[in-house]
Amino acid sequence: MTKPDGTPSGPASGTAREPATRFDAGALLDDPATRIIVTCGSGGVGKTTTAAAMAVRAADAGRTVAVLTIDPARRLAQSLGLAELDNTPRRVDLGDAARGELWAMMLDTRRTFDDMVSAHTSPERAAQIMANPFYRSISSSFSGTQEYMAMEKLGQLAATGTWDLIVVDTPPSRSALDFLDAPQRLAAFLDGRMIRLLAAPSRGVMKLVGVGFTLFAKAVTAVIGGQMLTDAARFVQLFEDMFGGFRARAETTYALLRDPGSSFVVVATCQADALREAAYFADRLTSERMPLAGLILNRTHPPLVELPPKLDVSALEAAEADPSKAKSAVLARAALQLHTNQVALHVEELRMRARFEGARPEIGVIPVPALPTDVHDLAGLRTLATVLAP
Amino acid sequence: MEPMTPARPPVRLHIVTGKGGTGKTTVAAALALALATGGKRVLLIETEERQAIAQLFDLPPLPYEERRIALAPGGGEVRALAIDVEAALMEYFAMFYNLGFAARTLKRLGAVEFATTLAPGLRDVLITGKIKETVTRGGEKPMYDAVVVDAPPTGRVVTFLGVTVAMADLARRGPIHNQASGVSALLHSAETAVHLVTLLEDMPVTETIEAIGQLKEAELPVGSIIVNQVAPARLPDKLLAEAEAGTVDTAALRRGLAGYGVTAAGATLTAFADVIRRYAEQSADRARCRAELAATGLPLLDLPASPTAVELGELYELAELLVAEGVPA
Repeated sequence: MTKPDGTPSGPASGTAREPATRFDAGALLDDPATRIIVTCGSGGVGKTTTAAAMAVRAADAGRTVAVLTIDPARRLAQSLGLAELDNTPRRVDLGDAARGELWAMMLDTRRTFDDMVSAHTSPERAAQIMANPFYRSISSSFSGTQEYMAMEKLGQLAATGTWDLIVVDTPPSRSALDFLDAPQRLAAFLDGRMIRLLAAPSRGVMKLVGVGFTLFAKAVTAVIGGQMLTDAARFVQLFEDMFGGFRARAETTYALLRDPGSSFVVVATCQADALREAAYFADRLTSERMPLAGLILNRTHPPLVELPPKLDVSALEAAEADPSKAKSAVLARAALQLHTNQVALHVEELRMRARFEGARPEIGVIPVPALPTDVHDLAGLRTLATVLAP
Repeated sequence: MEPMTPARPPVRLHIVTGKGGTGKTTVAAALALALATGGKRVLLIETEERQAIAQLFDLPPLPYEERRIALAPGGGEVRALAIDVEAALMEYFAMFYNLGFAARTLKRLGAVEFATTLAPGLRDVLITGKIKETVTRGGEKPMYDAVVVDAPPTGRVVTFLGVTVAMADLARRGPIHNQASGVSALLHSAETAVHLVTLLEDMPVTETIEAIGQLKEAELPVGSIIVNQVAPARLPDKLLAEAEAGTVDTAALRRGLAGYGVTAAGATLTAFADVIRRYAEQSADRARCRAELAATGLPLLDLPASPTAVELGELYELAELLVAEGVPA
């Protein structure tokens, strides 16, 4: 479905202006006041690689950096050439070139949850909680817990004071906003009347049945199944004395994200969905008074060759009309087809970018041209870093 | 492409997953059109509350009801359903009881929030439950010939599909247990196929292969790998191999370009040679990715690249290609 001949190359071809607003990622990374950078964006835009590249660049420049990724596919591990990441940051060997240190970890959701429980209660009660079927489900198999725990882990790492910069990659959520909403959702949940009814001390389900909720409780019990409701109620009771602590922590982390030392970097590709998601996220950050540093427009395709307007089109038409199988013809035809495709892609990308910038002129943008091959080692991350922050 | 194993009963539930950015919604829509071709009725389900189907078909946001969104060649039709979790929860309660009062009470007490916040996986339970309902509706004379699901991405799809197993364990008895077991049985049956959309790039391919391993481990039926955005071949093998090794005959290239009216010398000629070298490198990477995918033993279906966002007309072209390549049926 490529349209080598259908797309006019127009004035944007080769001669397109760079829009004025640029996001200076180098300055952001070098600034000692920058303590936390959160990369966000919809799935598949290159968040993890971008986070890793920024972390490498800051470590090379002399900072002590931790990069936290939350990703079941272990992409950061691949990018950093590590066989495995666990729930504690590990030192990454950056070679002699680096003046600082890079530490990397991948979030283990279940372990973070377990640790949080252990930190808030007695060993006996922690053991009871961990044995509760409801807890086991929400801490491992249910999606969404990942976001809570990502925030918790960020809070923990920040509290140690060990790193002067923490770069956080966000979970591969449906939406970039999920990450931001996780702690609030926890707090909202704690405020929920339903949970308070269930959690009423020493009453639980039985009390509900007795106080005029008979019909309601019967329905709930019948639908959910008595066992499950009992497990849930027990879980809530066990958790009760920890809720305050959890909530305080969630609120501390949220406050941390509003701190002047925290910055959000939105990553998007030049596609309608990704840019729409980036725009939603930017608006949300603004309304939350959280600092948005800028937008990284990943994998753009500026043409390698610049030709005068219209020449590429006429040349391609001539090439495609020519049946010759001579080496010179084959090479030239391929070169023109590839070039024209790239120009078409570039024009489309500039159009998408202009639309975004027109709607949100205050947001600085860095376009990052697609690298010829995927980034999966330190050298690749450094190459990417020089494009991000020349 | 050979037809799928003929002994197998027809797949009626197609789950389409893929790493973010691989185009799974587009592929799911094209697959729905392909399956509807020739007079069939197909339902396309959106699970992530993103209104991605509406955007793709250039429609206003879809409500929580099954509506016709496209006609397929040969008299078929595609209906779409964007699942709304809160509405699905109310439906779920109503399924077991006539809960006029209780449903309202539950809503007022924050039951929806309770359900989807305490256990976000309940969303998945509700969504997979709704999917099963649409597949089995009508019993012997099913309402839909096929159901296509635009599922969560590869990183989450096994949790999504496996949630009913966890749920059946959690609710050890009662209607939820039975319902969860029923959904789980359908998802693990030969009536279901999970298709994976990927690009010929390292990370999507790695994720695809990992997801296949996880799906197999969870005993979920894996269908085809759909390779999206396949670039056309531009050079014969010999020249491609030379270029990959770094050799481009610039004198020939210059002559050829001159023949088409482009005077290329110096930097321009070098840049054109780089265009070819870069293409050759990418072709080699893509060939390696393809070999890794082929090693899984699953059928591979190719869909071509489009330089711009996929438009409605192109969806039909993609659907035709899927029909030509042999849609798993």
